[in-house]
Amino acid sequence: MSTHQNFPAEPGTAELRDVYGRVMLIKLTDERIRRVIRSGRIVTPHYSPRGQEVIPSAICAQLNPDDYVVTIYRGLHDHLAKGVPLKQLWAEYAGRATGSCKGKGGPMHITHPAAGVVVTTGIVGSGIPIANGLAWASQLKGDGRVTVTNFGDGASNIGAFHEGLNLASLWKLPVIFVCSNNRYGEHTAFEKGTAVKQVSDRGASYSMPAMTVDGNDPVAMWKAANEAITRARSGGGPTLIEAMTFRFEGHTNGDDSHYIPADVMAAAKEKDPVPRFRKLLLEGGHATEAELDAIEVKINADLDEAVDFALNSPWPDAAELNRDIYLEEIEA
Amino acid sequence: MSAGADTKVAQITGAQAVNMALTEAMENDPTVLVFGEDVADPEGGGVIKVTQGLSTRFGDHRVKSTPIAEQAIVGAAVGAAIAGMRPVAEIMLMNFFTVAMDQIVNHAAKIRYMSGGATAVPLTIRTLTGAGNSLGGQHSDMLEAWMAHTAGLKVVIPSNPADYKGLLLSCIEDDNPCIFVENGILMFTPGDAPPPGHRVPLGKAAIPREGSDVTLVSYGRPVLDCIAVADQLAEEGISVEVIDLRTIVPMDEAAIFASVGKTGRVVIVHEAVKRFGVGAEIAARISETCFGKLKAPIERIGAKYSPVPFSSALEKDFIWSRERVEAAVRKVMG
Repeated sequence: MSTHQNFPAEPGTAELRDVYGRVMLIKLTDERIRRVIRSGRIVTPHYSPRGQEVIPSAICAQLNPDDYVVTIYRGLHDHLAKGVPLKQLWAEYAGRATGSCKGKGGPMHITHPAAGVVVTTGIVGSGIPIANGLAWASQLKGDGRVTVTNFGDGASNIGAFHEGLNLASLWKLPVIFVCSNNRYGEHTAFEKGTAVKQVSDRGASYSMPAMTVDGNDPVAMWKAANEAITRARSGGGPTLIEAMTFRFEGHTNGDDSHYIPADVMAAAKEKDPVPRFRKLLLEGGHATEAELDAIEVKINADLDEAVDFALNSPWPDAAELNRDIYLEEIEA
Repeated sequence: MSAGADTKVAQITGAQAVNMALTEAMENDPTVLVFGEDVADPEGGGVIKVTQGLSTRFGDHRVKSTPIAEQAIVGAAVGAAIAGMRPVAEIMLMNFFTVAMDQIVNHAAKIRYMSGGATAVPLTIRTLTGAGNSLGGQHSDMLEAWMAHTAGLKVVIPSNPADYKGLLLSCIEDDNPCIFVENGILMFTPGDAPPPGHRVPLGKAAIPREGSDVTLVSYGRPVLDCIAVADQLAEEGISVEVIDLRTIVPMDEAAIFASVGKTGRVVIVHEAVKRFGVGAEIAARISETCFGKLKAPIERIGAKYSPVPFSSALEKDFIWSRERVEAAVRKVMG
């Protein structure tokens, strides 16, 4: 049985600084990835989480390394917030042997069990039923772990969401369903694809506690996550959190978001969670300008090192084509 | 009571064999979980009572009836397996795989590879299917070719109660995702009970009849007819070797090639639709490896390229028959 830390229901200075460090790591990593892709040094799909950084940061700051996270192709923010090491992450983006998946999965399938990141799926909604299985195992073992599964608003319209929430509620599983409602499912506006006003309305169908929260507000997001984690760990069952946010860099890298009206995008960017968070820390006396600048300097240095590591790592050997298909090697 | 060679071996059905295997697996390993629609005792212990007694004996935390929600069932198996459990999920009928294909194909089969071996999915999915019971187009399909075409899955289709038990235990103990296909008629067909602790390794064919003229390659229910044809033709002096593959993936190609090297004549028989079926792959592998040994073109027998019909008058002609197997053997004999 693992030991689990307790976190305050409301974040103080230490907690906010922790969350901010994760937020900045995500923002700067995402910006660097897009720059490196543009330079042609790495060829990879990329689904930018720019604008959604606060959600997993406020959650993962309250999780233990052995708590499970399941996420999706837009998962960079979840991977980093939960502690996947930068070097292995970058090497996976670069398709190298040193990547977290030996270059065999790529960014849509980042897996790092030591950080608790056990599934990243490229199929909308599919992580939800799998998260139930992880949580069921924890329930049976009594290991006190919680499982967090992240997905977008589009996933709330797929069958797996409904099958998964129903089962989680029936079996009172220690799982937290985190819907990042970024207002667009691929290129289709939320209202055109979803018959309810809020994804959290769907909790009622499964007798599941559900809430809508400003996912760009670190304090609100911390409190929502704290409530859900406490419920899950104490045997109270699942929670559905709908975190309202916005996606600044399109569905996939290179998507210019032409389907989002300019005024809608401008208004969303006005509410960019990162400068907003910085202002909160400064005005609340939680940190100084110099301290926050130092965080960025450190992350940029780590990124320099991680990019170098990735690009100088060997490519996977052709023998890898026969490995990891089954436990035993085969002639593929 | 007399002892010795004439001692009568106890007879059990396929369903009893599966129940025995599940019981033994749950006794041996506390991480083994059994779940699916109606599997717990309050719901009857399974639609054909295969899981009867398990929830009473091992508790309703380890043996759970689920909602009718195949994605949720297989997804829960995938997650529990990643977390170190040995889930045995039941998808009541193989046609219901279609609503869980994302979890089976995109997740169970691929997660080990996509994670570079960082995670594994040691689950078993048991399912029931097969023609011959007038259940029509959505309750009878043999979909093993879909499964076999997806690297990462093991695919097991036994033909007799001893193998039902021995192969199911091997699936549960295997570290890879296994699809275990039960047949709606074999589940009620008696056969010799295996000794306690019996295991049948995955990837090892059985040779229930040895012969030198023709090789019959089969798996699942048609094996019984292949054996009957071999016995019947032996009386005419035609020596037929029957290979019961038992597992489609991994396939015991060595056993096939060795037999073809001996006989030079091959008939492949399966219940599934013939076109694009497993038999096509077997025939291709034989021609790639044993072309010089072949004395006649390879014959394949499978179901017609259509949905499974309802009427028993049509269904009997849709699938293989003993007569068709016999005719094919005579044909390759020239």
